[in-house]
Amino acid sequence: MSQFTLDDLRDIMRRSAGVDESVDLDADIQATSFTDLGYDSLALLEVFAQIRTGRGVEIPDDAVGEVETPADLVGYVNRRAQARVS
Amino acid sequence: MTTLAPPRTVRPAVTGIGVVAPTGIGADRHWAATLAGRRGIDRITRFDSAGYPVTVAGEVRDFVSTEHVPSRLLVATDLWTHFALAATVLALRDSDLERAALDPYDIAVITASSSGGNAFGQKEIESLWARGPEHVTVYQSIAWFYAATTGQISIRHGMKGPCGVVVSEQAGGLDALYLARRALRDGSRAVVSGGTEAPIGPYALTCQIAGGLLSDDGDPATAYRPFAPDARGHVPGEGGAILVVEDLDDAVRRGAPRVYGLVAGCASGFDPPPGSGRPPALARVIRAALADAGCTPGEIGVVFADAAGTPEADAREVEALAAVFGPRGVPVTAPKTTTGRLYAGGAALDVATALLAIRDGVIPPTAGVRLPPDHPLDLVTGAPREARLRAALVVSRGHGGFTSAAVIAAAPGG
Repeated sequence: MSQFTLDDLRDIMRRSAGVDESVDLDADIQATSFTDLGYDSLALLEVFAQIRTGRGVEIPDDAVGEVETPADLVGYVNRRAQARVS
Repeated sequence: MTTLAPPRTVRPAVTGIGVVAPTGIGADRHWAATLAGRRGIDRITRFDSAGYPVTVAGEVRDFVSTEHVPSRLLVATDLWTHFALAATVLALRDSDLERAALDPYDIAVITASSSGGNAFGQKEIESLWARGPEHVTVYQSIAWFYAATTGQISIRHGMKGPCGVVVSEQAGGLDALYLARRALRDGSRAVVSGGTEAPIGPYALTCQIAGGLLSDDGDPATAYRPFAPDARGHVPGEGGAILVVEDLDDAVRRGAPRVYGLVAGCASGFDPPPGSGRPPALARVIRAALADAGCTPGEIGVVFADAAGTPEADAREVEALAAVFGPRGVPVTAPKTTTGRLYAGGAALDVATALLAIRDGVIPPTAGVRLPPDHPLDLVTGAPREARLRAALVVSRGHGGFTSAAVIAAAPGG
């Protein structure tokens, strides 16, 4: 499976959790916290669920506490996908 | 040892009204359509109802959720909550409450709900059975349940006072106001109250059909004719009303642009089980509401009837009204004949309509029904009836036995 990119994440966030009116997801958001982007833990859980069904990468619920930014989540997904393969 | 502050005496005043209903979006549109007896009941468009015994309903026309609800909330909420969020914005604007900059902990949100997030839940059940549990959205956990609307209003507007929801079917809108008054007595400075419903969809309609109370008449003009001898049941409707309620003194002090009227008296009861030999609760509850308001039957200028639309329930309402007011003792009307029964939105909308009737000194007509001149109900039909109204009685009965009544009075000096 191809690398999980920030654009892939943007797509999923838009579709499954919507976008806050004051936020531009296409801006340089990779280091912006999900909280600052307007996504609470429920939104993150929904994003995780979409990643699981779309990419087959299982993310445990308590990862919500570990991934603070989009960059964190993209890295996390790719590491887990890698670990699964090897 | 801490002592609890005694509840304060309040006069709950409605300072803002937001309506999203089959009669229109906005109180003005709703009122104009109501006075004209313009029917908001039509063939169902929300889904293909061919093959269902019920094919007509009161739908909110031209309501586009994306125009009223930001995308972050859209994914997490049902249409029923969208209606309430939209109506809340209208009510807040109407009351100018936000300019008062009240402490967030002094603003409560108490709404009525009756069936919760039907369409959202149906969609997720379909995903569950067609694709599996991992395809059910996380948001199902917060979109369907009765308190979702209260919660989302509270979060969106930063209202952190004592929030709640009451579920008593069609009586809920009055019960929510009853609880709003309690919140004001306990110290809240404002309460966002009322209710909405979105019961038009395959799953939701099937549940209602199973209850046996819906009209199977497919003609929108004749389907819902409460008090008619050949009444065949009621028609469901969607939407409702949100009201901003404050103590009258607080409202005046903070410069509220207007006071529509007061919630002068509230009462709530429950029918005895069938076969008990005891009478239904309605007459007792009406008398209790009048007593609570310190008001005699003669001071009531109009009754907004529950208008269940089945001959048996209608007869019980006629009996109760005749017992309290005397036959033809008070003008009665059921403008819900233009919207259908809105369940959690119904009584809230009736209260909004009652306030507008008091403001303008005119009783809106009941649509589609004519009664003989010697009928024990003086039902206002055909055209609106001008009347100087000091107080109105709103009556509401919920499926199963919920019975509530409220006296809505003109503001003092109004």
